[in-house]
Amino acid sequence: MEAVYEKYFRGNLPHIWCPGCGNGIVMSAIARALDKLNYPQDDVLFISGIGCSSRMSGYMDLNTVHTAHGRALAFATGAKVCEPRLHVFVLMGDGDAAAIGGNHFIHACRRNIDMTAIVINNSIYGMTGGQFSPLTPTGKRATTAPYGSIDRAFNLVALAEGAGATYVARGDVFHAVQLTNLIVEAAEHKGFSVVEAVSTCPVSFGRYNDMPEPADMMLWLRDNTVTVQQAAKMSEEELADKIIIGKHYETEAVEYGDEMARLLARAKEAE
Amino acid sequence: MTSNVRLMQGNEACALGAIKAGASFFGGYPITPSTEIAEYIAREFPRLGRYFMQMEDEIASIGAMIGASMVGHKAFTATSGPGFSLMQELIGYAAVAEVPLVIINVMRFGPSTGLPTMPQSGDIMQARWGTHGDHSIIALSPSSVTEAYYATIRAFNLAEQYRTPVILLMDEKIGHLREGFDISNDPEPEIIDRNREHQGAYVPFAAGESGVPPFIPLGQGERYHFTGLTHGENGFYTADPDKVTAVMQRLCGKIEDHVDEIAEIELVDFDDADVTIIAYGAVARSAHDALLALRKKGVKAGMLRLKTIWPFHTAKVRELCAGKRLVAMPEMNMGQLSMIVRGALGNTPFLPINQANGQLIKPHTIEDAILAELAAMGGAR
Repeated sequence: MEAVYEKYFRGNLPHIWCPGCGNGIVMSAIARALDKLNYPQDDVLFISGIGCSSRMSGYMDLNTVHTAHGRALAFATGAKVCEPRLHVFVLMGDGDAAAIGGNHFIHACRRNIDMTAIVINNSIYGMTGGQFSPLTPTGKRATTAPYGSIDRAFNLVALAEGAGATYVARGDVFHAVQLTNLIVEAAEHKGFSVVEAVSTCPVSFGRYNDMPEPADMMLWLRDNTVTVQQAAKMSEEELADKIIIGKHYETEAVEYGDEMARLLARAKEAE
Repeated sequence: MTSNVRLMQGNEACALGAIKAGASFFGGYPITPSTEIAEYIAREFPRLGRYFMQMEDEIASIGAMIGASMVGHKAFTATSGPGFSLMQELIGYAAVAEVPLVIINVMRFGPSTGLPTMPQSGDIMQARWGTHGDHSIIALSPSSVTEAYYATIRAFNLAEQYRTPVILLMDEKIGHLREGFDISNDPEPEIIDRNREHQGAYVPFAAGESGVPPFIPLGQGERYHFTGLTHGENGFYTADPDKVTAVMQRLCGKIEDHVDEIAEIELVDFDDADVTIIAYGAVARSAHDALLALRKKGVKAGMLRLKTIWPFHTAKVRELCAGKRLVAMPEMNMGQLSMIVRGALGNTPFLPINQANGQLIKPHTIEDAILAELAAMGGAR
């Protein structure tokens, strides 16, 4: 394992993440996934947004871009269309992907460009100190929802599937091995793949929601996650507060880069 | 003899110029009065094996352009005021991350939806200061269809040479103007590509004397990091006050210190003139007609035409206008660049002629204003 870290981490520590943060677990899952995928590091483009989790691009020894809040997928789209040979991973937070970047998210799903979006969902804006996001469950407390959030939350996997993503999965930081495997599967899928990684923020989310210790949040994930297979046998009431993990959806569809290549060939032929 | 003259629109000339300059990625969102550029590129790029993308909004457009440029493509877009406003955050990103790109802004009347889509040179200050924080920028303003072609090529060259976003501020009146276009006897324009030359190990943001770091695109064997955070030579965040000072001075200096090379000024009937008209873009055409009319009436008028808006060559404008009896500046807005010109002129008498009503400033408006001012000053000579 040491060797994987040595290979994929730049080693420019210290990082900015708080004790108990799940970002490191996702980062190590990505490193392990890259190791399994065995892509040359020079051929991997790793693009992140803005937020705690998006600092990850600075820590990984790849071609890395730390973009602007919400815009990672837009950057990635231009890069991937121009250089289809690159393996593109896009790392975002929940506010980043689903709020300010929501428009880019649904359109990236619709285009079905061959890249993998990993959305770390810690249910909160961590870097700004704990404001609710579109993925904060209704009723949970945040600094801007001191009485509990009245907003309805997105179901990100349903949103991704509805918008046209062709591989959609959800993992979490308690089940790190499964998360690694889902990232591998998503990367190997041809088309736009989305992996939601449910994560922990004891400092800015757990503290306001009766889970102040890192272990509290881990236990919450352990006790409230069910697999896609288990969920299929459960009633709606039983699933009310559950996080359904595993591969949710996979289909084949025309990939944007392939279609672009065909368009160019067609246009040249017409000369 | 066959004629090579074609009837061409300013917007088409821009698209043609972008193709000539080697642009290979266009990311855009439809907006009048710029759409002819996207339409032309959508038709021509696939035949040339280049990439046209219609994005979900202008923010995605500039984001995709930055991504394309980072992996080594010359990227551009065409937009207008409202879209240009949406791009502002990422213009700052491209400035600090030193990513070349070209934004063709066919300016329309604002603020907001304004008068779609009548002309106004309304984005002069937005081009300079629309994004937050200190930075420098390059903006060009063509006055004819042929110049739109060459200015677009120059915009790409400057973007690559200085690793910066470059804005082509084109008046709607030039974008939609159709006039004769014949470059068949012109010399082949110089095309500048990004400099990859470096010595020793590649340090991504280490600049030599030019102030511009060499650019190895991402994915070509040099694994490094781009960020919008203030960063040192290695590309990683720094808050060290000395390093931050050095970065800020270099980012602004790489453009401002080369104002002599970047800022192009055209002088028309200038040397013997005692009345100078400063103009740019479409208004310079009216200014030229006004100049001829004034000369017929015995007023020695000349024109200083700003082909480059930013960086503004304060020292040169001051020097050229020193001793003039009157400097007049017609501008199709409530007074944007005239604020800068006034500062450059010192004690030289200055007459801003502003019109923001959706109409091109007509020659006689300029002529009448100058004659009235001269009369007030003590009679036309």
